[in-house]
Amino acid sequence: MTLGYISNTDTDRQEMLQAIGAGRFEDLLEPIPSSIRMTHLPELPPAMAENDLYRHLSSLAALNAHAETHLCFLGAGIYDHFRPAVVASLASRGEFATAYTPYQPEMSQGMLQAVYEYQTLICALTGMDISNASMYDAATGLAESALMSAHIQHRDEIVVLNNLHPHYRQVIQTYLEATGLKYREVSESDVDGVVNSNTASVIVQNPTFMGTLLDMQKYSDLAHACGALFIVSVDPVSLALLKPPSEYDADIVVGEGQSLGSPMGFGGPLLGFFACKKQFVRSFPGRIVGATLDLEGRRGYTMTLRTREQDIRREKATSNICTNQALLALAATIHLCALGKNGMRQTALLSLQKAHYACSQICSLPGVTHADEGRLFFKEFAVRLPVSPETVIAKMARKKILAGLALGKYYDGYSDALLIAVTENRTKEDIDRYTTELAGILKEGTTGV
Amino acid sequence: MNSEPLIFEKSRAGRIGANLPQCDVPEQDIVELLGGDNLRSMLPLPEVSELDVVRHFTHLSHRNYSIDEGLYPLGSCTMKYNPRINEKTASLPGFAALHPLQPVETAQGALQLVYELQGMLASICGMDATTIQPSAGAHGELLAMMMIRAYHRDRGDTARTTVVIPDSAHGTNPASAATCGFRVKSIPSNQKGCTDLNALRNALGPDTAALMLTNPNTVGLFESDILEICSLVHEAGGLVYCDGANMNAMLGITRPGDMGFDVMHFNLHKTFSTPHGGGGPGCGAVSVKKCLEPYLPIPVVTRSDEGTYLLDENRPCSIGRIHSFYGAFLIAVRAYTYIRTLGASGVRAVGENALLNANYVRARLSKAYDIAYNSPVCMHEVVLSAARQKQANGIRALDISKRLMDYGVHPPTNYFPLIVPEALMIEPTETESKQTLDEFIDIMLKIAKEAAEEPELLRTAPHSTLVSRLDETMAVKNLDLRYEALFAGSPHSTVESSS
Repeated sequence: MTLGYISNTDTDRQEMLQAIGAGRFEDLLEPIPSSIRMTHLPELPPAMAENDLYRHLSSLAALNAHAETHLCFLGAGIYDHFRPAVVASLASRGEFATAYTPYQPEMSQGMLQAVYEYQTLICALTGMDISNASMYDAATGLAESALMSAHIQHRDEIVVLNNLHPHYRQVIQTYLEATGLKYREVSESDVDGVVNSNTASVIVQNPTFMGTLLDMQKYSDLAHACGALFIVSVDPVSLALLKPPSEYDADIVVGEGQSLGSPMGFGGPLLGFFACKKQFVRSFPGRIVGATLDLEGRRGYTMTLRTREQDIRREKATSNICTNQALLALAATIHLCALGKNGMRQTALLSLQKAHYACSQICSLPGVTHADEGRLFFKEFAVRLPVSPETVIAKMARKKILAGLALGKYYDGYSDALLIAVTENRTKEDIDRYTTELAGILKEGTTGV
Repeated sequence: MNSEPLIFEKSRAGRIGANLPQCDVPEQDIVELLGGDNLRSMLPLPEVSELDVVRHFTHLSHRNYSIDEGLYPLGSCTMKYNPRINEKTASLPGFAALHPLQPVETAQGALQLVYELQGMLASICGMDATTIQPSAGAHGELLAMMMIRAYHRDRGDTARTTVVIPDSAHGTNPASAATCGFRVKSIPSNQKGCTDLNALRNALGPDTAALMLTNPNTVGLFESDILEICSLVHEAGGLVYCDGANMNAMLGITRPGDMGFDVMHFNLHKTFSTPHGGGGPGCGAVSVKKCLEPYLPIPVVTRSDEGTYLLDENRPCSIGRIHSFYGAFLIAVRAYTYIRTLGASGVRAVGENALLNANYVRARLSKAYDIAYNSPVCMHEVVLSAARQKQANGIRALDISKRLMDYGVHPPTNYFPLIVPEALMIEPTETESKQTLDEFIDIMLKIAKEAAEEPELLRTAPHSTLVSRLDETMAVKNLDLRYEALFAGSPHSTVESSS
């Protein structure tokens, strides 16, 4: 067969075997016991030509509803924010996309400088002293921050507020279970007596999973009074308007960076950003890029503080992580530069205004109430419905609207609640259509049709 | 261009690089909506035009070497060509614009793709079930350690606290095992560069939870005793983990599942051609035998009898969740596209040409350089040693690596595996042609000659790159991890300008 990705011709292969001193290819397989050698993979489908394959994948893609066929009011950690065309256009350049981890800095200055800029931008958003080169996603970033806090504090209990994303809580639990640390989950009302001298850290999300704002200074003081670290999970877009976590003395700040220039992509790949106070720099997980000089005194960038890492420290490393999400970090860098100070503020303001308009419109429907009436929120809010949220979601999907997330699965007492996110990508017309369609569905529901 | 300023240095107050909509809903007072105490006073982000952004990142791209530019023979990294059709399919809006929490009925195409990829990966490695959730190889290792721990615990086998790992292993292996609370027992390699059976026998016991083994190993050699190795571990009551970083060598030729491995990770970003992206995103899919299937992370993508695809969270034995959602789906789309392009015969052709290319490089360099553990053939990569050059002229693997840059070639992996002195680990991959390899080999031969005749040329290399050797000590000593002027109040006024 011929395959475009393999360059050797039959003649090349003959010449190469000759140079090797092998009579036939099978001679190269000599070290493999014959009982486990195979000649073909019977279960794999046959090869496909590019045009046929593209048609096949297009047809699979066409089976899915998505943000270009449906109005997306789903959030819960992944958001349909505006992505300027310039982001994908630049980040997909082969010079970036097809490079390896920059182990040889002389040939990788482009990506290294971009990561240095990324670290600077994450510090600018969060107000923290240092940022790493990024992690897999917010959930694993938080799990790593929990492990880091236990190492720093020599304590074995992590207190997690239950308004943290339910999936993030589950991932933290998985990691703590594996490492033998204790996981304690509490509600806002029960947190007071729980933090004590065994607590390594307190983890709080702001805005919460339900979109509301918390008095973060209160939780910061609570953690610090017991000598625990204060770990915060944030929405980076909200930080264009909201106080950076440094101002309420957060020790570690983690968040999901997908909103900064990456597609939703069915939830992956994602971008976990991770920033902290300077004093923890040597306990930090993940890659870090630093600036230095070359032999001629020219400025250059290189991966630094490598002695924390697994390839040198092996079982004593601060983390087993040996990659970052470089290409998504690059996209976030381009996104934050293109939007810049004014664009990021405008994006956040639009989300804020539209979410509040949507909330007031939707909650004006008979039987619908704002689940967190009286609390401040950013771009996401929960409403209580007179009809089952699952029914609403299914019926709205038929009207080409992704209506939101049913909360009953995640919280007791929320079986009638729907979490709705509104970004700057939704127009007034979209929101009005949502409200009208929902009104129709509620009418059907209450008249028993 | 000699240097590219930081984007922050190009910032001027009032510029913006995107065209955003005006507000089309009635506006409310922001202080009322968010609370005055919650608002930030300044936002030190750059202010640049779209053209500034395009030029800056285009300049940066010119300062970066890539597979698209030339040979990238990093051993253990499988830097093969990244096909463009994979990028095209991954950017279809029906995949890229999917929300992970939309109703599963509206994401059947995506779930079908994941389900079929799971099956194809399982059949390629000879296992029973697969998850694509781990975000990287190291994440896959960690998941595997969690599953092995849960497996032993459920059998009441709680004394199994040790993981045996050869000294040639990737550093992530011991780091992943240790993260999971296991004690790491390192065993030496034998004189052939492979697992020492006696050392393995001595290391195994009632405390053995698992053996983590890379096959072919990091010296580029197939573990010929693999059947016995797996039997020994199983007899001791442990499980065997395959670090699949070197899977490219085995494609269509042999399968870890048939060797006796119980669990392995793939690097879709190595073996299955998804771009490395300058360090990520990757995907460390994990395949398991039946005995570990109940422990796979939730949610598991399954298919009902009626043919609908589901996200199954009702898995009582599962180790839990390890990713915010379902893993790097868009990477899975690329790997799926690649495997369907290759088909059964193409998968085998990849394995064959990977072996052929590595052995060809090895044969042609074997006179000028020492070959680590001089076995008759290697698998998909060859490990050279610059020990001879070091002894003769004090030339190290690092010097040879840096000199390669002057010839426009990315260096091989150096100083790994740790058991080979002055290691230069070369993995050409199947996508390079004989002509490209010949050019590379000629350069390597020329450098060997230079090492003998003009060693200073190597010691001070590279001479032609944008920067020369960087002062790594200074980078650690005077930590400079962000552009401080942005925070101190810079002359470019990003900080001072009011909104």
